[in-house]
Amino acid sequence: MLIDLFQKTRDSSMRMKGEEEKKPTKVCKGCGAELKALTFGKNLYVCPVCGRYSRLLARTRIRFTADTDSFHELFNGLKTLNPLEFEGYTEKVRELVKKTGMNDAVVTGVCTIGGIQTCLGVMDSHFMMASMGSVVGEKLTRLFEYATEHELPVVLFTCSGGARMQEGMFSLLQMAKVSGAVRRHSDAGLLYITVLTDPTTGGVTASYASLGDIILAEPHTTIGFAGRRVIEGTIGEKLPDDFQTSEFLRDHGFCDKIVPRNQMKQTLTALLSMHQNSAKGKKGR
Amino acid sequence: MASVKEKLQIIHDPKRPTIDDYVNTLFDNFIELHGDRAYGEDSAICAGIATFAGMPVTVIGHRKGKTTEQNISANFGMPHPEGYRKALRLAHQAEKFGRPVICFVDTPGAFCGVGAEERGQGEAIAKCLYDFMALRTPVVSIVTGEGGSGGALALAVADRVLMLENALYSVISPRGCASILWKDASREIEAAECLKITAQDLYNFGMIEGIIPENSIMKNVKKALTFVLRELNLQNDIDEMLQKRYDKFRKIGVFQEINQI
Ligand SMILES: [Zn+2]
Repeated sequence: MLIDLFQKTRDSSMRMKGEEEKKPTKVCKGCGAELKALTFGKNLYVCPVCGRYSRLLARTRIRFTADTDSFHELFNGLKTLNPLEFEGYTEKVRELVKKTGMNDAVVTGVCTIGGIQTCLGVMDSHFMMASMGSVVGEKLTRLFEYATEHELPVVLFTCSGGARMQEGMFSLLQMAKVSGAVRRHSDAGLLYITVLTDPTTGGVTASYASLGDIILAEPHTTIGFAGRRVIEGTIGEKLPDDFQTSEFLRDHGFCDKIVPRNQMKQTLTALLSMHQNSAKGKKGR
Repeated sequence: MASVKEKLQIIHDPKRPTIDDYVNTLFDNFIELHGDRAYGEDSAICAGIATFAGMPVTVIGHRKGKTTEQNISANFGMPHPEGYRKALRLAHQAEKFGRPVICFVDTPGAFCGVGAEERGQGEAIAKCLYDFMALRTPVVSIVTGEGGSGGALALAVADRVLMLENALYSVISPRGCASILWKDASREIEAAECLKITAQDLYNFGMIEGIIPENSIMKNVKKALTFVLRELNLQNDIDEMLQKRYDKFRKIGVFQEINQI
Protein backbone atom coordinates (compact mmCIF):
# COMPACT_ATOMS: atom_id res chain seq x y z
CA MET A 1 0.00 0.00 0.00
CA LEU A 2 1.11 3.52 -0.73
CA ILE A 3 1.35 4.64 2.85
CA ASP A 4 3.83 1.86 3.62
CA LEU A 5 6.30 3.83 1.53
CA PHE A 6 6.50 6.44 4.23
CA GLN A 7 8.57 5.98 7.26
CA LYS A 8 6.75 6.87 10.44
CA THR A 9 7.82 10.39 11.18
CA ARG A 10 7.20 12.65 14.04
CA ASP A 11 3.71 13.82 13.51
CA SER A 12 3.34 17.45 14.49
CA SER A 13 -0.43 17.43 14.45
CA MET A 14 -0.56 14.56 16.89
CA ARG A 15 2.04 16.00 19.21
CA MET A 16 0.04 18.89 20.45
CA LYS A 17 -2.33 18.71 23.33
CA GLY A 18 -5.74 19.69 22.11
CA GLU A 19 -7.33 22.62 23.84
CA GLU A 20 -10.48 20.57 23.95
CA GLU A 21 -8.90 17.85 26.05
CA LYS A 22 -7.10 20.02 28.55
CA LYS A 23 -9.98 21.13 30.73
CA PRO A 24 -12.56 18.86 32.38
CA THR A 25 -15.39 21.26 31.55
CA LYS A 26 -15.96 23.76 28.79
CA VAL A 27 -18.38 26.65 28.52
CA CYS A 28 -20.27 26.89 25.24
CA LYS A 29 -19.54 30.21 23.58
CA GLY A 30 -23.02 30.19 22.08
CA CYS A 31 -25.33 29.64 25.06
CA GLY A 32 -23.02 29.60 28.09
CA ALA A 33 -23.94 26.03 29.05
CA GLU A 34 -21.26 24.24 31.06
CA LEU A 35 -20.38 21.02 29.29
CA LYS A 36 -18.35 18.04 30.39
CA ALA A 37 -15.34 17.85 28.06
CA LEU A 38 -15.87 14.14 27.52
CA THR A 39 -19.54 14.56 26.57
CA PHE A 40 -18.70 17.56 24.42
CA GLY A 41 -15.99 15.56 22.64
CA LYS A 42 -18.35 12.65 22.05
CA ASN A 43 -20.75 15.13 20.49
CA LEU A 44 -17.94 16.21 18.09
CA TYR A 45 -17.67 19.60 19.85
CA VAL A 46 -21.16 20.57 18.85
CA CYS A 47 -23.07 22.03 21.82
CA PRO A 48 -25.88 19.61 22.78
CA VAL A 49 -27.88 22.54 24.17
CA CYS A 50 -27.78 25.18 21.43
CA GLY A 51 -26.16 23.31 18.53
CA ARG A 52 -23.21 25.71 18.18
CA TYR A 53 -20.20 24.30 16.36
CA SER A 54 -16.84 24.79 18.08
CA ARG A 55 -13.85 25.47 15.87
CA LEU A 56 -11.67 22.37 15.81
CA LEU A 57 -7.95 21.91 16.13
CA ALA A 58 -6.48 20.36 13.00
CA ARG A 59 -5.56 17.21 14.90
CA THR A 60 -9.12 16.80 16.14
CA ARG A 61 -10.51 17.29 12.65
CA ILE A 62 -8.09 14.67 11.34
CA ARG A 63 -9.20 12.26 14.06
CA PHE A 64 -12.84 12.79 13.06
CA THR A 65 -12.09 12.39 9.34
CA ALA A 66 -9.28 9.91 8.69
CA ASP A 67 -9.60 6.20 9.45
CA THR A 68 -7.99 5.33 12.78
CA ASP A 69 -4.18 5.55 12.68
CA SER A 70 -4.18 6.00 8.92
CA PHE A 71 -2.97 9.61 8.79
CA HIS A 72 0.66 10.14 7.82
CA GLU A 73 1.74 13.73 7.91
CA LEU A 74 3.63 15.17 4.93
CA PHE A 75 5.68 18.35 4.50
CA ASN A 76 5.85 19.08 8.23
CA GLY A 77 9.44 20.28 7.96
CA LEU A 78 8.52 23.71 6.65
CA LYS A 79 9.04 26.61 9.02
CA THR A 80 7.82 30.15 8.75
CA LEU A 81 10.34 32.96 8.23
CA ASN A 82 9.92 36.72 8.24
CA PRO A 83 10.65 37.78 4.64
CA LEU A 84 9.74 41.46 5.11
CA GLU A 85 11.32 41.65 8.57
CA PHE A 86 7.94 42.71 9.83
CA GLU A 87 8.03 43.96 13.37
CA GLY A 88 6.83 41.41 15.91
CA TYR A 89 6.05 38.69 13.36
CA THR A 90 8.93 36.35 14.25
CA GLU A 91 7.98 36.50 17.94
CA LYS A 92 4.30 35.97 17.22
CA VAL A 93 5.00 32.90 15.12
CA ARG A 94 7.43 31.50 17.68
CA GLU A 95 4.85 31.89 20.42
CA LEU A 96 2.13 30.18 18.37
CA VAL A 97 4.40 27.30 17.37
CA LYS A 98 4.99 26.70 21.05
CA LYS A 99 1.33 27.05 21.98
CA THR A 100 -0.20 24.97 19.19
CA GLY A 101 2.58 22.48 18.41
CA MET A 102 2.10 23.23 14.71
CA ASN A 103 4.66 24.97 12.46
CA ASP A 104 1.95 27.05 10.79
CA ALA A 105 -1.77 27.08 10.08
CA VAL A 106 -2.22 23.93 7.98
CA VAL A 107 -1.60 20.23 8.49
CA THR A 108 -1.19 18.14 5.33
CA GLY A 109 -0.82 14.44 4.77
CA VAL A 110 -2.15 11.26 3.31
CA CYS A 111 -4.68 8.93 4.93
CA THR A 112 -7.57 6.65 4.22
CA ILE A 113 -11.16 7.83 4.54
CA GLY A 114 -13.61 4.94 4.54
CA GLY A 115 -10.71 2.82 3.29
CA ILE A 116 -9.99 5.11 0.31
CA GLN A 117 -6.51 6.62 -0.08
CA THR A 118 -6.85 10.39 0.11
CA CYS A 119 -4.67 13.45 0.51
CA LEU A 120 -6.00 15.45 3.44
CA GLY A 121 -5.32 19.07 4.34
CA VAL A 122 -6.75 20.78 7.40
CA MET A 123 -6.39 24.46 8.18
CA ASP A 124 -6.43 25.50 11.82
CA SER A 125 -7.81 28.87 12.93
CA HIS A 126 -5.89 28.67 16.23
CA PHE A 127 -2.74 29.66 14.33
CA MET A 128 -3.01 33.37 13.37
CA MET A 129 -6.61 32.80 12.28
CA ALA A 130 -5.23 30.46 9.61
CA SER A 131 -4.05 33.36 7.50
CA MET A 132 -2.14 32.25 4.41
CA GLY A 133 1.58 32.90 4.27
CA SER A 134 4.37 31.14 2.39
CA VAL A 135 4.27 27.97 4.49
CA VAL A 136 0.51 27.45 4.12
CA GLY A 137 0.76 28.09 0.37
CA GLU A 138 3.77 25.83 -0.08
CA LYS A 139 2.33 22.93 1.93
CA LEU A 140 -0.96 23.03 0.03
CA THR A 141 0.82 23.30 -3.31
CA ARG A 142 2.94 20.28 -2.43
CA LEU A 143 -0.16 18.40 -1.29
CA PHE A 144 -1.88 18.97 -4.66
CA GLU A 145 1.30 18.12 -6.57
CA TYR A 146 1.73 14.97 -4.50
CA ALA A 147 -1.91 14.01 -5.13
CA THR A 148 -1.48 14.60 -8.86
CA GLU A 149 1.66 12.50 -8.99
CA HIS A 150 0.07 9.63 -7.04
CA GLU A 151 -3.37 10.00 -8.65
CA LEU A 152 -5.13 10.64 -5.37
CA PRO A 153 -8.17 12.74 -4.48
CA VAL A 154 -7.76 15.73 -2.16
CA VAL A 155 -10.05 16.63 0.72
CA LEU A 156 -9.33 20.06 2.13
CA PHE A 157 -10.94 21.59 5.22
CA THR A 158 -10.57 25.34 4.82
CA CYS A 159 -10.73 28.16 7.29
CA SER A 160 -8.87 31.44 7.14
CA GLY A 161 -8.94 35.07 8.02
CA GLY A 162 -7.38 35.69 4.60
CA ALA A 163 -3.93 36.74 3.57
CA ARG A 164 -0.99 36.91 5.99
CA MET A 165 -0.39 40.64 5.93
CA GLN A 166 3.03 40.29 7.55
CA GLU A 167 4.32 38.42 4.49
CA GLY A 168 3.07 41.06 2.06
CA MET A 169 3.16 40.05 -1.59
CA PHE A 170 4.61 36.65 -0.73
CA SER A 171 1.24 35.99 0.86
CA LEU A 172 -0.88 37.32 -2.02
CA LEU A 173 0.94 35.28 -4.66
CA GLN A 174 0.30 32.02 -2.76
CA MET A 175 -3.27 32.37 -4.04
CA ALA A 176 -2.04 31.99 -7.62
CA LYS A 177 0.46 29.30 -6.69
CA VAL A 178 -2.03 27.01 -4.95
CA SER A 179 -4.73 27.64 -7.57
CA GLY A 180 -2.24 26.59 -10.26
CA ALA A 181 -1.57 23.32 -8.43
CA VAL A 182 -5.32 22.74 -8.01
CA ARG A 183 -5.73 23.30 -11.76
CA ARG A 184 -3.12 20.67 -12.63
CA HIS A 185 -4.71 18.19 -10.22
CA SER A 186 -8.07 18.82 -11.86
CA ASP A 187 -6.65 18.52 -15.39
CA ALA A 188 -5.40 15.07 -14.39
CA GLY A 189 -9.03 14.10 -13.83
CA LEU A 190 -8.74 13.90 -10.08
CA LEU A 191 -11.29 14.79 -7.42
CA TYR A 192 -10.97 17.76 -5.08
CA ILE A 193 -13.51 18.17 -2.30
CA THR A 194 -13.48 21.44 -0.36
CA VAL A 195 -15.07 21.58 3.08
CA LEU A 196 -15.65 25.17 4.17
CA THR A 197 -15.42 25.60 7.93
CA ASP A 198 -15.71 28.61 10.19
CA PRO A 199 -14.46 31.15 9.12
CA THR A 200 -13.36 30.98 5.47
CA THR A 201 -12.72 34.47 4.14
CA GLY A 202 -10.53 36.76 2.04
CA GLY A 203 -7.79 35.38 -0.15
CA VAL A 204 -8.55 31.76 0.69
CA THR A 205 -12.16 32.18 -0.44
CA ALA A 206 -10.82 33.96 -3.54
CA SER A 207 -8.61 31.00 -4.44
CA TYR A 208 -8.58 27.29 -3.59
CA ALA A 209 -11.58 27.29 -1.22
CA SER A 210 -13.82 28.14 -4.19
CA LEU A 211 -12.25 25.68 -6.62
CA GLY A 212 -13.43 22.28 -5.37
CA ASP A 213 -15.23 19.93 -7.76
CA ILE A 214 -17.57 19.55 -4.84
CA ILE A 215 -17.85 22.25 -2.20
CA LEU A 216 -19.29 21.21 1.15
CA ALA A 217 -19.69 23.36 4.24
CA GLU A 218 -20.45 22.95 7.92
CA PRO A 219 -23.72 24.55 9.06
CA HIS A 220 -23.79 28.21 10.19
CA THR A 221 -20.19 28.97 9.24
CA THR A 222 -18.99 32.38 8.11
CA ILE A 223 -17.86 32.31 4.49
CA GLY A 224 -17.15 35.34 2.37
CA PHE A 225 -14.68 37.45 0.48
CA ALA A 226 -14.88 40.82 2.22
CA GLY A 227 -15.20 41.28 5.95
CA ARG A 228 -18.70 41.94 7.26
CA ARG A 229 -17.59 45.12 9.02
CA VAL A 230 -15.92 46.45 5.87
CA ILE A 231 -19.18 46.02 3.96
CA GLU A 232 -21.25 47.51 6.79
CA GLY A 233 -18.87 50.48 6.72
CA THR A 234 -19.35 50.89 2.97
CA ILE A 235 -23.13 50.69 2.93
CA GLY A 236 -23.64 52.34 6.32
CA GLU A 237 -26.07 49.80 7.70
CA LYS A 238 -26.08 46.56 9.62
CA LEU A 239 -26.25 43.35 7.64
CA PRO A 240 -28.68 40.53 8.45
CA ASP A 241 -27.40 37.66 10.62
CA ASP A 242 -27.51 35.12 7.82
CA PHE A 243 -25.31 37.23 5.51
CA GLN A 244 -22.15 35.31 4.49
CA THR A 245 -23.20 32.07 6.18
CA SER A 246 -22.87 28.65 4.58
CA GLU A 247 -26.67 28.70 4.12
CA PHE A 248 -26.41 32.07 2.33
CA LEU A 249 -23.70 30.64 0.09
CA ARG A 250 -25.75 27.57 -0.76
CA ASP A 251 -28.83 29.64 -1.50
CA HIS A 252 -26.82 31.85 -3.85
CA GLY A 253 -25.36 28.88 -5.68
CA PHE A 254 -21.81 28.75 -4.38
CA CYS A 255 -21.89 25.72 -2.09
CA ASP A 256 -23.05 22.24 -3.10
CA LYS A 257 -24.20 20.97 0.24
CA ILE A 258 -24.24 21.75 3.94
CA VAL A 259 -23.21 18.70 5.91
CA PRO A 260 -23.57 18.38 9.70
CA ARG A 261 -20.39 17.37 11.48
CA ASN A 262 -21.72 13.96 12.48
CA GLN A 263 -22.43 13.13 8.82
CA MET A 264 -19.23 14.54 7.33
CA LYS A 265 -17.17 11.36 7.28
CA GLN A 266 -19.89 9.23 5.72
CA THR A 267 -20.61 11.94 3.13
CA LEU A 268 -16.93 12.19 2.21
CA THR A 269 -16.65 8.42 2.05
CA ALA A 270 -19.66 8.18 -0.27
CA LEU A 271 -18.32 10.91 -2.56
CA LEU A 272 -14.81 9.47 -2.62
CA SER A 273 -16.07 6.00 -3.38
CA MET A 274 -18.08 7.27 -6.36
CA HIS A 275 -14.95 8.86 -7.82
CA GLN A 276 -12.54 5.99 -7.63
CA ASN A 277 -10.62 5.47 -10.88
CA SER A 278 -11.46 9.00 -11.99
CA ALA A 279 -7.91 9.60 -13.27
CA LYS A 280 -8.13 6.47 -15.42
CA GLY A 281 -11.38 7.71 -16.89
CA LYS A 282 -9.68 10.92 -17.94
CA LYS A 283 -6.77 9.09 -19.57
CA GLY A 284 -9.10 6.85 -21.53
CA ARG A 285 -10.79 9.84 -23.16
CA MET B 1 13.65 57.78 -7.18
CA ALA B 2 10.28 58.72 -5.74
CA SER B 3 9.59 57.68 -2.14
CA VAL B 4 6.61 55.44 -1.32
CA LYS B 5 4.79 58.52 -0.10
CA GLU B 6 5.38 60.27 -3.43
CA LYS B 7 4.41 57.16 -5.36
CA LEU B 8 1.09 57.03 -3.49
CA GLN B 9 0.43 60.59 -4.64
CA ILE B 10 1.62 59.96 -8.20
CA ILE B 11 -0.63 56.97 -8.78
CA HIS B 12 -3.65 58.82 -7.43
CA ASP B 13 -3.07 61.86 -9.62
CA PRO B 14 -6.28 62.38 -11.64
CA LYS B 15 -4.13 63.11 -14.69
CA ARG B 16 -2.44 59.70 -14.60
CA PRO B 17 -3.25 57.64 -17.72
CA THR B 18 -6.21 55.28 -17.42
CA ILE B 19 -7.17 52.19 -19.40
CA ASP B 20 -9.02 54.43 -21.89
CA ASP B 21 -5.81 56.36 -22.52
CA TYR B 22 -3.78 53.21 -23.06
CA VAL B 23 -6.39 51.74 -25.36
CA ASN B 24 -6.65 54.90 -27.46
CA THR B 25 -2.94 55.61 -27.66
CA LEU B 26 -1.30 52.20 -27.98
CA PHE B 27 -3.87 50.23 -29.92
CA ASP B 28 -5.78 50.60 -33.16
CA ASN B 29 -9.37 49.64 -33.91
CA PHE B 30 -10.32 49.01 -30.28
CA ILE B 31 -13.79 47.54 -30.00
CA GLU B 32 -15.08 47.31 -26.45
CA LEU B 33 -17.12 44.21 -25.65
CA HIS B 34 -19.57 44.11 -22.78
CA GLY B 35 -21.10 41.68 -20.31
CA ASP B 36 -20.37 38.34 -18.71
CA ARG B 37 -23.25 36.54 -20.54
CA ALA B 38 -24.56 35.42 -17.17
CA TYR B 39 -25.55 38.35 -15.01
CA GLY B 40 -24.61 41.73 -16.40
CA GLU B 41 -22.11 44.34 -17.46
CA ASP B 42 -19.53 45.80 -15.12
CA SER B 43 -17.94 49.00 -16.32
CA ALA B 44 -15.18 48.70 -13.70
CA ILE B 45 -13.58 46.34 -16.21
CA CYS B 46 -12.86 47.57 -19.72
CA ALA B 47 -12.31 44.79 -22.21
CA GLY B 48 -12.30 44.27 -25.94
CA ILE B 49 -10.41 43.46 -29.11
CA ALA B 50 -7.88 45.72 -30.82
CA THR B 51 -4.75 45.54 -32.91
CA PHE B 52 -1.30 46.23 -31.56
CA ALA B 53 1.21 46.98 -34.32
CA GLY B 54 -1.15 45.22 -36.70
CA MET B 55 -1.59 42.12 -34.53
CA PRO B 56 -5.04 41.31 -33.09
CA VAL B 57 -4.99 41.23 -29.29
CA THR B 58 -7.49 41.13 -26.44
CA VAL B 59 -7.17 43.99 -23.97
CA ILE B 60 -8.56 43.78 -20.43
CA GLY B 61 -8.12 46.34 -17.69
CA HIS B 62 -9.53 47.90 -14.57
CA ARG B 63 -11.21 51.18 -15.40
CA LYS B 64 -10.75 54.38 -13.47
CA GLY B 65 -12.00 57.75 -14.58
CA LYS B 66 -10.52 61.23 -14.61
CA THR B 67 -13.62 62.97 -13.30
CA THR B 68 -15.82 62.10 -10.31
CA GLU B 69 -18.64 61.31 -12.70
CA GLN B 70 -16.50 58.87 -14.69
CA ASN B 71 -15.17 57.33 -11.50
CA ILE B 72 -18.64 56.76 -10.11
CA SER B 73 -19.72 55.09 -13.34
CA ALA B 74 -16.63 52.82 -13.21
CA ASN B 75 -17.07 52.23 -9.47
CA PHE B 76 -13.55 53.65 -8.95
CA GLY B 77 -12.02 50.64 -10.64
CA MET B 78 -13.45 48.15 -8.16
CA PRO B 79 -15.03 45.26 -10.09
CA HIS B 80 -17.98 43.11 -9.13
CA PRO B 81 -17.94 39.37 -9.89
CA GLU B 82 -19.51 39.97 -13.32
CA GLY B 83 -16.51 42.14 -14.19
CA TYR B 84 -14.10 39.28 -13.50
CA ARG B 85 -16.38 36.87 -15.35
CA LYS B 86 -16.42 39.19 -18.36
CA ALA B 87 -12.61 39.34 -18.22
CA LEU B 88 -12.42 35.57 -18.16
CA ARG B 89 -14.96 35.18 -20.94
CA LEU B 90 -12.88 37.40 -23.19
CA ALA B 91 -9.65 35.68 -22.13
CA HIS B 92 -11.14 32.37 -23.28
CA GLN B 93 -12.25 34.00 -26.50
CA ALA B 94 -8.65 35.16 -27.03
CA GLU B 95 -7.47 31.61 -26.35
CA LYS B 96 -9.88 30.24 -28.96
CA PHE B 97 -8.66 32.64 -31.63
CA GLY B 98 -5.01 32.54 -30.64
CA ARG B 99 -4.74 36.20 -29.66
CA PRO B 100 -2.42 37.36 -26.89
CA VAL B 101 -4.13 38.85 -23.83
CA ILE B 102 -2.85 42.18 -22.50
CA CYS B 103 -4.05 43.20 -19.03
CA PHE B 104 -3.78 46.61 -17.43
CA VAL B 105 -4.02 46.50 -13.65
CA ASP B 106 -5.15 49.55 -11.68
CA THR B 107 -7.60 48.92 -8.85
CA PRO B 108 -7.95 49.61 -5.15
CA GLY B 109 -9.30 46.04 -4.98
CA ALA B 110 -12.36 43.97 -5.82
CA PHE B 111 -15.54 45.67 -4.61
CA CYS B 112 -16.68 44.85 -1.08
CA GLY B 113 -20.46 44.93 -1.05
CA VAL B 114 -23.64 42.94 -0.60
CA GLY B 115 -24.20 42.21 -4.30
CA ALA B 116 -20.57 41.23 -4.77
CA GLU B 117 -20.87 38.66 -1.99
CA GLU B 118 -24.24 37.38 -3.23
CA ARG B 119 -22.80 36.82 -6.69
CA GLY B 120 -19.62 35.12 -5.49
CA GLN B 121 -16.75 37.62 -5.53
CA GLY B 122 -14.45 34.98 -4.09
CA GLU B 123 -15.38 32.39 -6.70
CA ALA B 124 -15.05 34.91 -9.54
CA ILE B 125 -11.48 35.84 -8.56
CA ALA B 126 -10.53 32.23 -7.84
CA LYS B 127 -11.72 31.20 -11.29
CA CYS B 128 -9.54 33.89 -12.89
CA LEU B 129 -6.43 32.57 -11.12
CA TYR B 130 -7.35 29.00 -12.02
CA ASP B 131 -8.07 29.66 -15.69
CA PHE B 132 -5.38 32.24 -16.44
CA MET B 133 -2.80 29.78 -15.11
CA ALA B 134 -3.79 27.36 -17.87
CA LEU B 135 -4.82 29.79 -20.64
CA ARG B 136 -3.26 28.51 -23.86
CA THR B 137 -2.29 31.87 -25.28
CA PRO B 138 0.34 34.42 -24.19
CA VAL B 139 -0.70 36.73 -21.35
CA VAL B 140 1.03 39.99 -20.44
CA SER B 141 0.00 42.04 -17.44
CA ILE B 142 1.08 45.60 -16.64
CA VAL B 143 0.41 47.13 -13.23
CA THR B 144 0.00 50.79 -14.13
CA GLY B 145 -1.17 52.29 -10.84
CA GLU B 146 -2.70 50.55 -7.85
CA GLY B 147 -2.34 46.79 -7.65
CA GLY B 148 -4.93 46.17 -4.95
CA SER B 149 -4.76 42.62 -3.58
CA GLY B 150 -6.80 39.73 -5.00
CA GLY B 151 -8.78 42.10 -7.20
CA ALA B 152 -5.53 42.96 -8.99
CA LEU B 153 -4.05 39.45 -8.97
CA ALA B 154 -7.12 38.19 -10.86
CA LEU B 155 -5.72 40.02 -13.93
CA ALA B 156 -2.04 39.37 -13.16
CA VAL B 157 -1.50 35.64 -13.58
CA ALA B 158 0.56 36.14 -16.71
CA ASP B 159 3.67 35.04 -18.61
CA ARG B 160 5.11 38.51 -18.11
CA VAL B 161 4.11 40.81 -15.28
CA LEU B 162 5.50 44.33 -15.64
CA MET B 163 5.05 47.38 -13.46
CA LEU B 164 5.30 51.07 -14.16
CA GLU B 165 8.10 52.68 -12.19
CA ASN B 166 5.76 54.27 -9.65
CA ALA B 167 3.07 51.60 -9.53
CA LEU B 168 2.37 49.77 -6.28
CA TYR B 169 1.15 46.21 -5.80
CA SER B 170 0.09 45.04 -2.36
CA VAL B 171 -1.69 42.29 -0.47
CA ILE B 172 -3.63 44.89 1.52
CA SER B 173 -4.07 48.63 1.18
CA PRO B 174 -1.49 50.44 3.33
CA ARG B 175 -4.42 52.18 5.01
CA GLY B 176 -6.09 48.90 5.85
CA CYS B 177 -2.83 47.48 7.11
CA ALA B 178 -2.22 50.46 9.38
CA SER B 179 -5.69 50.30 10.87
CA ILE B 180 -5.39 46.57 11.59
CA LEU B 181 -1.83 46.76 12.87
CA TRP B 182 -1.84 49.99 14.85
CA LYS B 183 -5.58 50.83 14.89
CA ASP B 184 -4.56 54.03 13.13
CA ALA B 185 -5.25 54.46 9.41
CA SER B 186 -3.28 57.70 9.31
CA ARG B 187 -0.04 55.72 9.60
CA GLU B 188 -0.59 54.70 5.98
CA ILE B 189 2.87 55.73 4.75
CA GLU B 190 4.63 53.76 7.47
CA ALA B 191 2.58 50.68 6.60
CA ALA B 192 3.30 51.13 2.90
CA GLU B 193 7.02 51.12 3.69
CA CYS B 194 6.79 47.97 5.85
CA LEU B 195 4.77 46.08 3.23
CA LYS B 196 7.42 46.55 0.49
CA ILE B 197 5.04 47.20 -2.37
CA THR B 198 7.01 49.20 -4.93
CA ALA B 199 7.92 47.96 -8.39
CA GLN B 200 11.55 47.93 -7.27
CA ASP B 201 10.72 45.75 -4.23
CA LEU B 202 8.72 43.29 -6.32
CA TYR B 203 11.42 43.10 -8.96
CA ASN B 204 14.00 42.30 -6.29
CA PHE B 205 11.72 39.58 -4.91
CA GLY B 206 11.53 38.01 -8.38
CA MET B 207 7.78 38.58 -8.58
CA ILE B 208 7.76 40.69 -11.74
CA GLU B 209 9.79 40.58 -14.93
CA GLY B 210 10.37 44.25 -15.54
CA ILE B 211 9.92 47.88 -14.55
CA ILE B 212 8.77 50.44 -17.12
CA PRO B 213 10.28 53.91 -16.66
CA GLU B 214 7.83 56.79 -16.50
CA ASN B 215 9.80 59.50 -18.29
CA SER B 216 7.48 58.84 -21.21
CA ILE B 217 4.78 56.41 -20.14
CA MET B 218 3.05 55.69 -23.46
CA LYS B 219 6.25 55.40 -25.47
CA ASN B 220 7.85 53.10 -22.91
CA VAL B 221 4.77 50.90 -22.44
CA LYS B 222 4.60 50.48 -26.20
CA LYS B 223 8.26 49.54 -26.34
CA ALA B 224 7.89 47.08 -23.46
CA LEU B 225 4.79 45.47 -24.99
CA THR B 226 6.48 45.14 -28.38
CA PHE B 227 9.45 43.46 -26.75
CA VAL B 228 7.58 40.96 -24.55
CA LEU B 229 5.01 40.08 -27.22
CA ARG B 230 7.82 39.31 -29.66
CA GLU B 231 9.49 37.14 -27.02
CA LEU B 232 6.27 35.27 -26.30
CA ASN B 233 5.26 34.88 -29.94
CA LEU B 234 8.61 33.26 -30.67
CA GLN B 235 7.63 30.57 -28.22
CA ASN B 236 5.93 27.94 -30.37
CA ASP B 237 5.46 25.35 -27.68
CA ILE B 238 2.43 26.36 -25.61
CA ASP B 239 2.96 23.56 -23.08
CA GLU B 240 6.44 24.88 -22.42
CA MET B 241 5.07 28.40 -22.02
CA LEU B 242 2.47 27.14 -19.52
CA GLN B 243 5.13 25.24 -17.61
CA LYS B 244 7.19 28.42 -17.30
CA ARG B 245 4.12 30.38 -16.21
CA TYR B 246 3.42 27.77 -13.53
CA ASP B 247 7.04 27.64 -12.37
CA LYS B 248 7.20 31.40 -12.07
CA PHE B 249 4.47 31.43 -9.41
CA ARG B 250 5.46 28.05 -8.02
CA LYS B 251 8.81 29.30 -6.77
CA ILE B 252 7.39 32.22 -4.77
CA GLY B 253 7.49 31.86 -1.00
CA VAL B 254 10.03 32.21 1.79
CA PHE B 255 10.37 29.44 4.37
CA GLN B 256 12.89 27.22 6.04
CA GLU B 257 12.99 23.51 5.35
CA ILE B 258 14.00 21.31 8.28
CA ASN B 259 13.30 17.68 7.46
CA GLN B 260 11.75 17.07 4.10
CA ILE B 261 9.85 13.82 3.87
ZN1 LIG C 1 -24.40 26.04 23.43
